[in-house]
Amino acid sequence: MRDRFALLVAAVLLAACGSSGGNASTSPSAASPSGTVSVFAAASLTDAFNAVGTSFEGANPGVTMKFNFAGTPTLVTQIEQGAPADVFASADTTNMDKLKGDGFTTGTWQVFARNKLEIVVAPGNPKGITGLADLAKSGVIYITEAPTVPAGKYALQALKMAGVTVTPKSLETDVKSVVSKIELGEADAGIVYSTDITAAGSKVAGVPIPDGDNVVATYPIAALKATTNAAAANAFIAYVLSAAGQAKLQSFGFLSAS
Amino acid sequence: MRQERVPIVIVVPAAIGAAFFIVPLVGLIVRSPWGDAITALTAPETLEALKLSVIASLSATAVALVLGVPLAWVYARVTFPGRDLLRALTTLPMVLPPVVGGIALLLAFGRRGLLGAWLNSTFGITFPFTTVGVVMAETFVAMPFLILTVEAGLRSMDRRYEEAARALGANRWRVFTRVTLPLIAPSLFAGSVLCWARALGEFGATITFAGNFPGVTQTMPLAVYLLLETNQEASFILSLVLLLVSLVVLVGLKDRWLGSA
Repeated sequence: MRDRFALLVAAVLLAACGSSGGNASTSPSAASPSGTVSVFAAASLTDAFNAVGTSFEGANPGVTMKFNFAGTPTLVTQIEQGAPADVFASADTTNMDKLKGDGFTTGTWQVFARNKLEIVVAPGNPKGITGLADLAKSGVIYITEAPTVPAGKYALQALKMAGVTVTPKSLETDVKSVVSKIELGEADAGIVYSTDITAAGSKVAGVPIPDGDNVVATYPIAALKATTNAAAANAFIAYVLSAAGQAKLQSFGFLSAS
Repeated sequence: MRQERVPIVIVVPAAIGAAFFIVPLVGLIVRSPWGDAITALTAPETLEALKLSVIASLSATAVALVLGVPLAWVYARVTFPGRDLLRALTTLPMVLPPVVGGIALLLAFGRRGLLGAWLNSTFGITFPFTTVGVVMAETFVAMPFLILTVEAGLRSMDRRYEEAARALGANRWRVFTRVTLPLIAPSLFAGSVLCWARALGEFGATITFAGNFPGVTQTMPLAVYLLLETNQEASFILSLVLLLVSLVVLVGLKDRWLGSA
């Protein structure tokens, strides 16, 4: 009998631990947002959103930001399988519409940033790449993202517009791993977002893609239906769309939302 | 013999522990679209990944046998300073996150790696983004299983047979091939199968070191990961295939690996 009681106590304690995270954050009447906001954001937003999150925390002392950065389709899978997220920031409208269609978002999504594609090469551009056509030159190891990832899909569109046919050596799972393989010197060129090249600093260089062949990525953001902290989630979205949030994003190379 | 009554404080956590492993497997079985199984398994991209996985994992096992058996022999038979440290270093991938293994391989054998830079400039050989790179990543992660299993076999065998063969005039190579290897055949077999199964399931080191391209470096686990985002049903089916292979291996090796160790 005593054994069973001990077990019951353990189970209750365990259950209490599991739910304590969400309790503090459900009071909608609070004037300023508080609690934890969990944001699932596209890998290309890593540096920019970390900075936006820090300044949002600074403006709202009761709030703790938690970010999960990954390729957009990975995030969609995680959210659909019940990962605890309050906000979703996608690198394309297709994946956002998929989540919305499956009933996982609340309200309408809003575009908060845009991003251009650029060719990433090693510092000093040792292979002398001047545009998309050079990616098909012999001796150039070109890698890109899988076409399921927004960046990979945009890269294909850009190549098609430029009339370039090139077989990549690898289809990486997100933009950041393309950049890191250029940094490591394993590949010579890849197509990523301008912001990824800005973020990598002097470790890589960028070769612009002319506007005629370029694809402008649109980044939508929305609160999720499963959120346990709607007030803070919406406050974060409002902050991203505010002048302060937009200025922060642009300092990382993003284009303005409109 | 009277069966001891098992206290409930043991039974309940044990049952939860078992369920923790079994429920995910049941989840895969229940959620798999059995009607589409054949379509998913015979899709060209699946067959391509399957073929690459079989070739790469068998190659990795062959490399592991050629390099790992001598290493196991050294560990079992030769005493030298630093042997334990060396054994620890060569079995490290068993506990290392495979992604870390992939990064280490890049820094050693990548185009700018310690050895890779020389191989590239001298012979024009590069490993990342090639099937050879996949075999290297799989060997790195899987060979320790073979080394440890074979070493255990060598340590537990009766060495008097070797001494008898030597006394009867056989040279050392003949003793090794005609006496030692047949005596440790069960360990060789178990080690090879374990190594092969681990190689078949390798993901982290492969995607980090070799990249991901259908037909060249995209093995089954990589295909499963990417399919999860585009075709979940197919990814469930492929997961199940990998799971069944692993299960058959473990059940089949029960006595050889866990029992007699």
